[in-house]
Amino acid sequence: MSAVTQAPAAATADARKAGDWLLIATAILLCAWVLLPIYLLIVNALSSPDEVTAFPKHFFPSFDLGSLSFFINFAGVARALWNSVLVATLTMILAIGFGAPAGYALSRFDFPGKESFRFLVLMTRAFPLPLLALPLAVMFIRTGLDDTAIGLALVHTTLALPFAVLITFSLFSGIPVELEEAAWTLGCTRWHAFRKVVLPLALPGIAASAVFAFTISWNEVFAAAVLTIENRTLTAFLLQSLGESPLYLKFAGGAALVVPALIFIFAVRKYLFAMWGIANR
Amino acid sequence: MHGKALPYLLLMPATLFLCIFFLYPFVLVAFEAVTRDGAFTLDNFRTMAGGWKFPVTVRNTLLLAAIVVPIQLVMALLMASVVSRLETGRSAALYVFAIPLGISDLAAGLIWLAIFDQSGFLNTLLSSLGVVDKPIMFLGYQSKLTIFIAVALAEIWRATAIMMVILVAGMGLIPKEYYEAAEVFGASPWQRFLRITLPLLRPSLQTAIILRVILAFEVFAVVAALGGTNLPVLMGETYNWQFTLQDRNVAAASALLILAISIGFTLFFLRVLRVPKEARI
Repeated sequence: MSAVTQAPAAATADARKAGDWLLIATAILLCAWVLLPIYLLIVNALSSPDEVTAFPKHFFPSFDLGSLSFFINFAGVARALWNSVLVATLTMILAIGFGAPAGYALSRFDFPGKESFRFLVLMTRAFPLPLLALPLAVMFIRTGLDDTAIGLALVHTTLALPFAVLITFSLFSGIPVELEEAAWTLGCTRWHAFRKVVLPLALPGIAASAVFAFTISWNEVFAAAVLTIENRTLTAFLLQSLGESPLYLKFAGGAALVVPALIFIFAVRKYLFAMWGIANR
Repeated sequence: MHGKALPYLLLMPATLFLCIFFLYPFVLVAFEAVTRDGAFTLDNFRTMAGGWKFPVTVRNTLLLAAIVVPIQLVMALLMASVVSRLETGRSAALYVFAIPLGISDLAAGLIWLAIFDQSGFLNTLLSSLGVVDKPIMFLGYQSKLTIFIAVALAEIWRATAIMMVILVAGMGLIPKEYYEAAEVFGASPWQRFLRITLPLLRPSLQTAIILRVILAFEVFAVVAALGGTNLPVLMGETYNWQFTLQDRNVAAASALLILAISIGFTLFFLRVLRVPKEARI
């Protein structure tokens, strides 16, 4: 009797074990698929220019800083880096500055027009937003915003603002309104209660969505290439020099784009799902 | 402050911003596409469609989307299933899978350039295995197929994370009891995936597919980095009309075409993957 019941139990245990191994193997394989290409780019960036153009390649970096120092000293790169940081910072400020109040309003009030606003925000998803840069190029020339950091930041803000609104909406919704009401009964004004009670609780999430806005701007290529000429960002600079620049410049530039992005994603990893998951419902 | 006016005051900056930098430019681009020197005309569309490159461009863009998106959907489902089952290392795997989310499309193109370049890592691997005696030119103007494959791989690598994150968030919403009940009735893991996960994941699948398809029509920098002008795509041609050929009106017509395709597919997937209100979790 016991032998009969044991056999299937052992079989399922075996199957479960095999399933576990398969799961872990798949996970490792998928991680390798993501990480290996990045590793190869970093190998190139940390090799000397001669090694980058040589064949065959080595799969380990020689830790020669030749490529990187060539990249940093290349005419226009330092300025492009500075422009990228400037535009991304402005985008971050604009997106949170406009988005957070809207997110708060959506989470705390019921009012006519709420649904139309949500629709407007969601509609931005169905449009290839970088194309906006084309008509705006003309408008910017008329208003003197062409080729300025703030002009490009305004376009990048249309990309980042919907996220900022939806993310802060879900953040504020997660903070019980009772906490605010308690502060009101204790004599706080609406603004005071917001600043002393809600803001400290929401701050980490707001910081994460600010990093997210920064990353969106840092990575954007098309609008940056359309709207800047003298004040090119790093992506615009790399795109426009693709044709003539040597391989080691491209790879060092690619690494300069990727490494900050890795740090950004690491910094906001706790919020990734709150952001993408909820923002897309 | 007046209680009733407060939500509108909070929404005003974001609304005004979206009206000026989102709605208005779209009116502008539509207007520019159907006029030339102030008079109504369809010549811009004729010029755009008349070029010898146009049919190839449209074909490349659609083919790329048709091949890349289904593969990504399968991979994203696989990644999401792996993540939702892992017990140890779950957050590490999630972080690794999400990394490409923060990486610019230009950087992704450069990453795959390190692999597919003539002196790149793929040739190194092939020659050390003795498959080829001298490095192959994968990205030359004569090798359209390998350029296409390289671009497809780079796109799959880069943009699967967006779908994965949405699907992971969606899977988290499916009640565990459903799986427990299915297990009691002896459903295999595959059956559970087919009968529970997939149907209940439909809203997330819809969002993920729509978002991804729109991004697929925006493919630009990856192609620029890997294929240059050897693999024309719609967004790249739009850029060419604006800069190389200096014709704003045709560029606007081209932008409008991308827009129309995007909206068409959005509506298509909204309809095909429609989720009745009462079937939502």
